[in-house]
Amino acid sequence: MAARYDRAITVFSPDGHLFQVEYAQEAVKKGSTAVGIRGKDIVVLGVVKKSVAKLQEERTVRKICALDDHVCMVFAGLTADARIVINRARVECQSHRLTVEDPVTVEYITRHIATLKQRYTQSNGRRPFGISALIVGFDCDGTPRLYQTDPSGTYHAWKANAIGRSAKTVREFLEKNYTEESIATDNESIKLAIKALLEVVQSGGKNIELAVIRRNQSLKLLESKEIETLVTEIEKEKEEEAEKKKQKKST
Amino acid sequence: MALLDVCGISDWVKEDGFNAERASVDKVNHFNFAAQTPELAVPVGVDPAEFLRPLVDSEEGVDGVTINLEHGTTTLAFKFQHGVMVAVDSRASAGSYVSTQMFKKVIEINPFLLETMSGSAADCVYWERVLAKECRIYKLRNKERISVSAASKLLANMVVNYRGMGLSMGTMICGWDKKGPGLYYVDDNGLGLCGNMFSTGSGNTYAYGVMDSGYRYDLSVPEAYDLAQRAIFHATHRDAYSGGTVNMYHMRETGWIKVSQEDVGDLYHRFSNEKK
Repeated sequence: MAARYDRAITVFSPDGHLFQVEYAQEAVKKGSTAVGIRGKDIVVLGVVKKSVAKLQEERTVRKICALDDHVCMVFAGLTADARIVINRARVECQSHRLTVEDPVTVEYITRHIATLKQRYTQSNGRRPFGISALIVGFDCDGTPRLYQTDPSGTYHAWKANAIGRSAKTVREFLEKNYTEESIATDNESIKLAIKALLEVVQSGGKNIELAVIRRNQSLKLLESKEIETLVTEIEKEKEEEAEKKKQKKST
Repeated sequence: MALLDVCGISDWVKEDGFNAERASVDKVNHFNFAAQTPELAVPVGVDPAEFLRPLVDSEEGVDGVTINLEHGTTTLAFKFQHGVMVAVDSRASAGSYVSTQMFKKVIEINPFLLETMSGSAADCVYWERVLAKECRIYKLRNKERISVSAASKLLANMVVNYRGMGLSMGTMICGWDKKGPGLYYVDDNGLGLCGNMFSTGSGNTYAYGVMDSGYRYDLSVPEAYDLAQRAIFHATHRDAYSGGTVNMYHMRETGWIKVSQEDVGDLYHRFSNEKK
């Protein structure tokens, strides 16, 4: 017998808040930090990996997912909710290809996900999705895009953004360090993402998962060796910076 | 709803979005560009396809009555180096009665998209207006004009749901989008073809004859105008169900222009004077 959905769960409070949506945003704040960077010819997604239990296979824990050949997303929040949203988005990408004969634009699929999330804040018997997503990719005309959605169903375009546990810290780091030089090359963009995550991650490169999309190429997950190499580069650069500052002081 | 349960009427209340197993929140619709539409405008209790099949498919029909739907018209379109030419006649007939000689068989969806009509006038006018509505909504939602391939796909998907129910429509969708000039043929079976040259309607064989003998991809603009006009004229001359005027459009990179609207009687005299 199908359940009768009598009452809405997401209702307004007297002072105009949707508390269920705000609680969902709290759930997002408990998720592991994720960062997205829009470069010139590359878009980068990075996420802090949860430490894997000894008996658990590492490969089943993936937070960065491809939605189509040219679009991918990372989420923060309830993994189970994210699985549903990602599934619907993947189906919509293919529906779009079938009916419009063109791949989705990043804005279109973001709008679809955001509309889906909004519908769940305004229907009987359903609770909002407890995830925020960073959606990156390239449009047909080659423009790189980065969008963020949140449980209320709003979406915005960003140059760089972070979601999850220490999003505020990472966003402040990005506001200070996202410059034209810092995204001048693909390598620099990737290093900026790693630097942003290193601000909040404890054990260094081992706990970072990184993925990139380059123009006209599909999603590529970086191997831990590549990440380690880049982390060592970053640490060397930091030391050189510190040395220079010391020398300046002493001279 | 709980109240319906208590009253005991929830069993025979019609399934609607509220107590359907899949709530309307999850149903796909045109907005999602899914292939299936949730609503079909079909009368309750009658299966139109079953009703129509013996009338259309078998030779003796039902009580000796058969229904043969013919597309009484001539329309054509072809791609060439300077864009797409579209030419149509303007006669609407009901059997052997000529309803009008001034029927507009090209619908202008937007400055970069045209659609021709052949077959049942009612079906064409209705479904092409629905398509025009979908194209306008697409432009509002996505902030750019719909592509020609997407427009033809939308029409084909809409119409394929009514397959076998007696629709009669043969249309060509012509436009210019990001991929360049586009020409698609869509008919009432849901067939969608991309091509360089199409002609539909009862006069299409005559039009194909003239078009095929004079067509080259590198026609100049005046040559293309002349070819399109001649093809329709010759079809109207021999086909009883085509006539009136030849309406001609040229789809260019900057949008379509209406080239001319000439009565076939005047064309007859012009062409016969040429021969002298």
